[in-house]
Amino acid sequence: MAQETLSGWVRKLQAREISSRELTQLYLDRIERLDPQLNSFITVTAEQALAQAEAADARLAKGEQTPLLGVPIAQKDIFCTEGVRTSCGSRMLDPFVSPYNATVVERMNAAGAVMLGKTNMDEFAMGSSNETSFYGPVRNPWDTERVPGGSSGGSAAAVGARLVPGATGTDTGGSIRQPAAFCGITGLKPTYGRVSRYGMIAFASSLDQGGPMAATAEDCGQMLNAMAGFDERDSTSVERPAEDFTAALNQDLKGLRIGLPTEFFGEAGLDERVRGVIDAAIEVLKGRGAEVREVGLPNSHLSVPAYYVVAPAECSSNLARFDGVRYGYRCENPEDLMDLYTRSRGEGFGDEVKRRIMVGTYVLSAGYYDAYYLKAQKVRRIIADDFRRAFADVDVLLAPTTPELPFALGAKADPVSMYLSDIYTIAANLAGLPAMSLPAGEIDGLPVGLQLIGNYFDEARLLGVAHQYQQETDWHTRVPAAFA
Amino acid sequence: MEWETVIGLEIHAQLNTVSKIFSGAPTAYGAEPNRQACPVDLGMPGVLPVLNQGAVERAVMLGLAINAEITPRSVFARKNYFYPDLPKGYQISQFELPIVGLGHLDIELEDGTIKRIGVTRAHLEEDAGKSLHEGFEAMTGIDLNRAGTPLIEIVSEPELRSAKEAVAYMKKLHSLVRYLDICDGNMQEGSFRCDANVSVRPKGQTEFGTRAELKNLNSFRFVERAINFEVERQIDLIEGGGTVVQETRLYDPDRDETRSMRSKEEANDYRYFPDPDLLPLVVDTAFVDRMRERLPELPDAKRARFVEQYGLSDYDAGVLTASREMGDFYEAVAAGCDAPKLAANWVMGEFSAAMNRSEVELADAPVNAEGLAGLLARIQDETISGKIAKEVFEAMWNGEGDADAVIEAKGLKQITDTGAIDAIIDEVMASNPQQLEQYRGGKDKLFGFFVGQVMKATQGKANPAQVNERLKAKLDG
Repeated sequence: MAQETLSGWVRKLQAREISSRELTQLYLDRIERLDPQLNSFITVTAEQALAQAEAADARLAKGEQTPLLGVPIAQKDIFCTEGVRTSCGSRMLDPFVSPYNATVVERMNAAGAVMLGKTNMDEFAMGSSNETSFYGPVRNPWDTERVPGGSSGGSAAAVGARLVPGATGTDTGGSIRQPAAFCGITGLKPTYGRVSRYGMIAFASSLDQGGPMAATAEDCGQMLNAMAGFDERDSTSVERPAEDFTAALNQDLKGLRIGLPTEFFGEAGLDERVRGVIDAAIEVLKGRGAEVREVGLPNSHLSVPAYYVVAPAECSSNLARFDGVRYGYRCENPEDLMDLYTRSRGEGFGDEVKRRIMVGTYVLSAGYYDAYYLKAQKVRRIIADDFRRAFADVDVLLAPTTPELPFALGAKADPVSMYLSDIYTIAANLAGLPAMSLPAGEIDGLPVGLQLIGNYFDEARLLGVAHQYQQETDWHTRVPAAFA
Repeated sequence: MEWETVIGLEIHAQLNTVSKIFSGAPTAYGAEPNRQACPVDLGMPGVLPVLNQGAVERAVMLGLAINAEITPRSVFARKNYFYPDLPKGYQISQFELPIVGLGHLDIELEDGTIKRIGVTRAHLEEDAGKSLHEGFEAMTGIDLNRAGTPLIEIVSEPELRSAKEAVAYMKKLHSLVRYLDICDGNMQEGSFRCDANVSVRPKGQTEFGTRAELKNLNSFRFVERAINFEVERQIDLIEGGGTVVQETRLYDPDRDETRSMRSKEEANDYRYFPDPDLLPLVVDTAFVDRMRERLPELPDAKRARFVEQYGLSDYDAGVLTASREMGDFYEAVAAGCDAPKLAANWVMGEFSAAMNRSEVELADAPVNAEGLAGLLARIQDETISGKIAKEVFEAMWNGEGDADAVIEAKGLKQITDTGAIDAIIDEVMASNPQQLEQYRGGKDKLFGFFVGQVMKATQGKANPAQVNERLKAKLDG
């Protein structure tokens, strides 16, 4: 049962082979039984899920066909859900019950999805291992002594262990793709502006983008159909005609031009075994008619430094609202206003969040703004220009998602070594491009992710390439033995 | 030593949009605390701002009215600081690229000369909420109804040289925003407020002195008094061997003084940066043209037209165009009685005096333009004299009916019948033989006595011109 994909469930629900209530109960049972090993959920909303499932069954009985009707999903706990705790993985928002729904939640509800709960994540999406969560680390279903990646580690682990067929994630510097790679699933970060950020708690506004995480490219396409679309409540949302992201799934790869950015292969730190997996994947795609060539992204070495100026700068401002005044955590017995601020924030935020707030405050300060923030914004443009040139010659870019295999819990105590975990994913965020990770191999029983980066608004093509690859391979069907 | 005062004003005008600048919540004043604050205004996690087009329209209209450059691509920036009434921990404002660039405003000095004051810039921003200190024991209440109300901050060049000039500038701008109908101008409710940067320097020196920023100037009177106090304070300080420090000072109207709030050292580093939640604000020429078409006749143009069209003095035209409502009122009265100068005298004289006495605004005056025009028409057609008209006006103001009704009820119709006037003159001459003799003996001054007697006999209702003419004829005859 647990092997079935989200798309498979959509078909079975429409064919009335199973009811949404039965399916929901099946997954709720799995969560109850198996999640104690993973800690992938912060909140399970069983009662609400069953009510949603019954409503979906009633709609199915009437022959309705909305995209995710009756399908169980999970929301990353960064998306505001009305009446349900929305913690963002932080003590700061542990007491926070959102008074409104994020646009993504609203849209998925309208599409008929059944929310099983809210998934664990790095605190305020800041982290690459899910170890910064106030609710404790999430464990990788392939090896519970290893991290699932982050920040969408809860969603990735839950889907990897098939505790839910699909979950939402958000990706600011790799937070969908890196955990997808670590947990052996497929995850897509859409073009910046595709998915509304309204109700998605901001980390770095100019980089944050929500997206789907599921077993297959087809699943991701179906989820994205429900998630994406113009939202007048988000001024950075892109107004474009509605699109079917599954439209190009069956397009063959003959003549597809794939670019391999030399910088993503040559850098020290790329595990040779990972390299081997990627090379094998390239052969598969070639076998289906794709042409492969090397391209240059000469400024990609600037991605990580530029990112760690822009993202903290925006986060230092975005997180100022968490001040203990109106909602969320407030310290006990504040003596005065300054004490209320400093202790509420000091006690409410974890170390990594504080570190980034301090870095961001520093780079925006008078006298440093030009040297850091302004310069980093210029670097962003240079990086985007690199991509623009590359896409003049190729249709998609292919690279490893991460330089190494899922690492052990606690292995990266040094923040900078943690930051380098996103060395291949950050550039797509800086440029605003769509990018995805899909499982492409296994080393020592651990999954390896393959990254595809597309041109702006080219999600359908990316998903098509991934789907074609998944027609030839079975990595996406594999489930860790303990969760099969 | 002779000192020169240097003043620049930062005026915040609340734009009269129905909803807030970045949310759909209403802006109406006076609701129960926090009833007009939606999740966006409350700074809830995950919310995003969406710019209100109405605020942009109003800002562009202001820019056009002060002959300013309209920035084709302006940028919203975050001004970061912590305060309980600032829900997001930053204010969305404009910093490096404001929507309105360099412009100017002409003010009239006391001696009647016109001085052009540069306007450095005007930018859009959101207002903060309010801290409520009363009624909460050892706590502070926060009301976020005002949070997100659209403001335009209009920054002048440091070209004002006295408190009086500052007030003249502020009044001119106040009149302008109301002409444009972009701000209700209500200073008590804080819809139009002012901070003043004040410094002094020895006359002839080109560098500026160190300035103090004065806050809490919510009336024209306070602006004048606060600046005057501050100028004196600074001069006394320097002449006493001290130095002025750059600081923010709060004006206390009860004690008529300014007090230090915070020095430059304590000032915030606002860490401005472009707000990544909002795209650059693009204003194209077509939009600017549409706003230009929407501009009403502005005060200076209206004033010039009043001089031209109604033959008024420049001063009178200035008084009558001080507000759009007053200008409209005057024009309605002038049209209704077909006597523009008479209308001007009455609107500025009796009518304004009555408004002041009764402490009512134009819109609430018990006599409207039609009523006043009706009265003036009776002066024009000589039904009553100007003197009687004042009595009629009093009655109208007290709600005793329109001019004709009052004249009828009180029997105030002017006597213009020559026969009747002659008869009264004869009677007066007959009962004052001594004065008649003296007059005819060459004591011309007594003419006034006879006029007085005739007017008294008719209770002021006799047509004065006719009385003069007939009396002259009879006395001299």
